[in-house]
Amino acid sequence: MADLHFLANPARFRRFSQRVLPGLGFATVLMLAFGLYMAFFVAPVDYQQGQTVRIMFLHVPSAWLSMGGYALLAGLGASLLVWRHPLAALMARAAAPVGASFAAVCLLTGSLWGRPMWGTYWVWDARLTSMLLLFFLYLGHIALSRAYDEPERGDRSAAILALVGVINLPIIKFSVDWWNTLHQPASVTRLDAPAIHNSILIPLIWMAVSLLFLFIFLVLVRTETEIDRRRLENAAVQEEEAAA
Amino acid sequence: MAPLSLEIDGLACRRGGRRVFDRLSFGLGEGELLALTGRNGSGKTTLLRALAGLVRPDAGTVRWLGVDVADDPEAWRGRLAWLGHLDGLKGDLSVVENLLVAQRLRGGAQDRLDGALLAFDLGALAARAVRTLSAGQRRRTALARIVFSAAPLWLLDEPLNALDMPAQQAFRAALQKHLAAGGLAIAATHAELGVEGARTLELGRA
Amino acid sequence: MNGFMALLARDLRLVWRRPGDVGVVLAFFVVAVVLFPLGIGPETNTLQRIAAGVLWCAALFAALLSLERLFAADYEDGTLDLLLLAPWPLELAALAKCTSHWIVTGLPLSLLAPVLGVAFGLDGDSLLALFGTLLIGTPTLSLIGGLAAALTLGARKSGALLALLALPLCVPTLIFGAGAVETLAAGEGLWTHLAILGALALVALATTPWAIAAALRQAGE
Repeated sequence: MADLHFLANPARFRRFSQRVLPGLGFATVLMLAFGLYMAFFVAPVDYQQGQTVRIMFLHVPSAWLSMGGYALLAGLGASLLVWRHPLAALMARAAAPVGASFAAVCLLTGSLWGRPMWGTYWVWDARLTSMLLLFFLYLGHIALSRAYDEPERGDRSAAILALVGVINLPIIKFSVDWWNTLHQPASVTRLDAPAIHNSILIPLIWMAVSLLFLFIFLVLVRTETEIDRRRLENAAVQEEEAAA
Repeated sequence: MAPLSLEIDGLACRRGGRRVFDRLSFGLGEGELLALTGRNGSGKTTLLRALAGLVRPDAGTVRWLGVDVADDPEAWRGRLAWLGHLDGLKGDLSVVENLLVAQRLRGGAQDRLDGALLAFDLGALAARAVRTLSAGQRRRTALARIVFSAAPLWLLDEPLNALDMPAQQAFRAALQKHLAAGGLAIAATHAELGVEGARTLELGRA
Repeated sequence: MNGFMALLARDLRLVWRRPGDVGVVLAFFVVAVVLFPLGIGPETNTLQRIAAGVLWCAALFAALLSLERLFAADYEDGTLDLLLLAPWPLELAALAKCTSHWIVTGLPLSLLAPVLGVAFGLDGDSLLALFGTLLIGTPTLSLIGGLAAALTLGARKSGALLALLALPLCVPTLIFGAGAVETLAAGEGLWTHLAILGALALVALATTPWAIAAALRQAGE
């Protein structure tokens, strides 16, 4: 949380983000371009999964980032509730839809991968089901933070929800795994092959890092927007008062 | 002048980036009444809620007998009697039940019930369900709850709301009795309280 | 503890004055459960297989339905301020509210579910398991639902929002509650499921009162 202390002040955050954003955006585009090239043209075809294995280069990092994104929301929630950092609320507002989008990408790519592999777009696989529930937790956070006339109340309610959600995530994961073994034979193809060859692993990690850059870039841009939006709202209130 | 029981030092509250009040300081001694005045939206209610600990102030301290009330919020809450702009009554309970429940929630003594009912002429209404009462009768019940609580500090938000003349007289009498016994009171009001010796604090931009 | 008992007694007395509110929730539960055979067909094997899941889901929805008013009534008439200003921990008040919710919904639902289970052709052991899992599982629903109710206090469209927040968090309880009856049918141990349901209830008991109190405090600001 040391970084957040440094950035707790919105004005200081702006100066920081304006210096960082152009370079970060440029780096993100280059890294993503190279990563996608590796994923689509360099990585070998899997002898079982065929070309569809390439979906994994998008699917797996999206899963990681959506889970990391929820942990970020919880961290921001704690820093809002404990230290009352004004920026934490705005950043959580900015990050939640980004995390939800990664969860959605993970679900969509998972179902596209499932069509040739499982013969259907959706199976109640433990991982997909957990990801679906994480997506719902994101939706709840987004809806709650925007459900109040007073935005600060939405921020604090959503912060409490994120903290409770992060405690519950492992429990949900555990129970869905249990449910899955109870209801389905273990014949479903697992994504985690015992040992991943470097020719797959390197592009995978490269894509994960590029998408992490994309995640950070999107969150920073959206945080700037949230700062501007909050300022405009406050300015409108003050103008009204001056006129009254 | 009586020694100060309640000291407010540099209290500040912000809402939605807007400063409601800033660097507010005042003190109140035994038997003193402070009337908070100011236009709608000047922060009277927010100040009362900040004093009660319902709203977390952005800066400043509230001290009772020299001790910061944030050190022991539960003890502080035990010293307060609160009348919000809502009456805080359950419509399905009778007048007496409402008073008794509120007192049990505070963990206070039950022996002043008759006096509290008498002070606001509620004897005939005691067994009536609150939902069948008029707005003024409900306000009287809420005020009786304040008297019943026997708390040393009364925080009142627009206590005269909906009260007719006899009820206003009854309120003044109860307030004066409370002050005479060494109690303190802070009341947000847009009308004259009509109590002698009341100090006034006007909120809002000068 | 006196404050806890006083609040619990007050809420139960309020329910007693208006028994219709609880009656509507229980009636909803019965009607919702009865709709399933009508929609799916009266074949006994199918009904037996889905019985536990249907009864658990219906109980979850019925519990959520009644949660919206849990704190909203106190918020609207100003008595929430009296709870916030009571000279004892707000966490206990949160617990008292959830306890009263469980007594007037979770407990009657647990008693009612086995009766409806008969109509689904469940045998005696399954009915007992159904009662046991609901008895241990519904307190968790009341606690998690109470949190969702506190978080949505004063929000726009709070009813649908409450369900959106509470349902994903209730999934583990649902899985182990409904799953227990099925494992019984498969001849496996029921006790593991009951133990896990108990553990879930303890986790909820250890975490939600603090979260509810935090949510109520910020609703009072």
